Amino acid sequence: MLKIKIAKRRDGFALDAQFEVPTPGVVALFGRSGCGKTTAVNIISGLLAADSAYIELDGHVLTDTTAGIAIPPEQRRIGYVFQDGRLFPHMSVLRNLEYGLERTRASQPAITVDQIVSLLGLEQLLRRQPYQLSGGERQRVSLGRALLSQPALLLLDEPLAALDASRREEVLPYLERLRDNLSIPMVYVSHQFEEVLQLATHVVLMDAGHVVAQGPLSQVSLVPQLRAIVGPDSVGAVVDGVVTSVDTSCGMAVISVGSGLLNVSVPRVSVGDRVRVQLLARDIILATEEPRGLSVRNQLRGVITSVVDDEDDARLVTVDVGGCNVLSRVTRGAVEALSLQSGSSVWVLVKAVSTRGHAFRLGSG
Amino acid sequence: MHLTPAELDALRLSLSVAARSVLFSLPFAILIAWLLTRGRFAGRWLLDALVHLPLVLPPVAVGYVLLLLFGHKGPIGGWLETHVGIQLAFSTAGAALATAVMAFPLMVRSIRLALENVDPGLEAAARTLGAKPLDRFVTITLPLIVPGVIAGAVTAFAAGLGEFGAVITFASNIPGITRTIPLALYTAIQSPGGDDQALRLAVMSFVLGLIGLLLAELLARRARQRVGR
Repeated sequence: MLKIKIAKRRDGFALDAQFEVPTPGVVALFGRSGCGKTTAVNIISGLLAADSAYIELDGHVLTDTTAGIAIPPEQRRIGYVFQDGRLFPHMSVLRNLEYGLERTRASQPAITVDQIVSLLGLEQLLRRQPYQLSGGERQRVSLGRALLSQPALLLLDEPLAALDASRREEVLPYLERLRDNLSIPMVYVSHQFEEVLQLATHVVLMDAGHVVAQGPLSQVSLVPQLRAIVGPDSVGAVVDGVVTSVDTSCGMAVISVGSGLLNVSVPRVSVGDRVRVQLLARDIILATEEPRGLSVRNQLRGVITSVVDDEDDARLVTVDVGGCNVLSRVTRGAVEALSLQSGSSVWVLVKAVSTRGHAFRLGSG
Repeated sequence: MHLTPAELDALRLSLSVAARSVLFSLPFAILIAWLLTRGRFAGRWLLDALVHLPLVLPPVAVGYVLLLLFGHKGPIGGWLETHVGIQLAFSTAGAALATAVMAFPLMVRSIRLALENVDPGLEAAARTLGAKPLDRFVTITLPLIVPGVIAGAVTAFAAGLGEFGAVITFASNIPGITRTIPLALYTAIQSPGGDDQALRLAVMSFVLGLIGLLLAELLARRARQRVGR
């Protein structure tokens, strides 16, 4: 368990955040730029002093301002991957990797150079100097360096923000591998919802220095405050499911979601894998009768749990499909014509094709 | 050009005095530069002004102050003589001290500039990787300022070869002990018929200074390459 309670004021900005997340796992600190995410991780790392703070990781108190506890950063065993990498320019890649490793007290390091080099694909880079690396390579080395310090917690402050889209695609799979192969808790700061979608197990949603929602991504994805941050077109319930069958010829898989089955477009998965899919609210169709003769592959039975105002002339409808919630955006006219209200029984229609690019493999088993 | 024994003496002394002054003051220069860039204390502006004072004072005045402090009857000089058995005034070591004080601001400036260019984020990164303060300084900060330290040291060395006012005031003009090239040059000008001698010494100063400056540039460039910038 990672318990955080921090407060800091400076130059008209107030950070006052509190959250608790299970470990290990990847918790995303998600919010707009300038909402206090980086300040929060700097306080967690110990590099920045807070006005008041309580930080506890797996039973160890790292900071407690009321009790006068403040373990210095060099003794915290918290790895930090900075946005700009911060590789030491006068050392080779290998020397950079070894820097933290040499300073751990562990005689038998759990994470070895060989392991990191193969996990992050650094074989060809070891003898190079940092200035000879691309942005993506630099971030991979920075990740490896932090991991080799044998951290009990890894902080990642927008590690992909300085990279262009293709470099980001190059580094993301490595982050997924770390999440799946090492059981190190991670705090991942981001303002890109796609990254959160691909990596996070838990989300702490921040706005203007405060935590507005926290919990598993499937829950936080339903929170109305998310819309202002991700934009109306990216609003959509996130559901996690397990692959029950795969059609490799067209990259489709069937996953069990709630009490139903969902056909989704997700590459490179096998039966038993866990898959996450975001069902965008604008792509979801509701029907009050069982539809026939449609090309839509997914038809789930559900019960409406709420109907709330969305933008201008639209309503956001939450439907419980057997223990998991789905969001659908419909017009006010449709709500009235079909008399959709809390308790109504509906069919939820999801085009399998609409999940392309919105479904991700989370790991096996 | 064949050097006479007196010229050789002056050359040897100039090199020795400049080298000693640099070696002696380098650690202090790094410390002071570090304090001036990273230190957060009340009297910083005063320290800054004190360090730069030799740049604006007449060198003779600096030599005189040194004489008051480090001379026979000076508070520091007297103590050194009775307790350590070192006499600074009118000795080669004294000439080196006077030279060091005069060249100190040059060295501090160059090192300070280098320190200001070191990203504090790198030290913070080292910190999260488990490095304690001294460890961080030795493994991160120091290697990154090496170009500035070398440039400062060589510039101070080159400037030290020509230091005149402070040396002649504090250490006097003793052949073979404190008569460096500039002092020998001054002596030659003062003596009747010493024009040829003066010209030869002037040429020596010119060549030495030029070599020093070129060396500074070369070393700094090589150090920068090593750091990858």
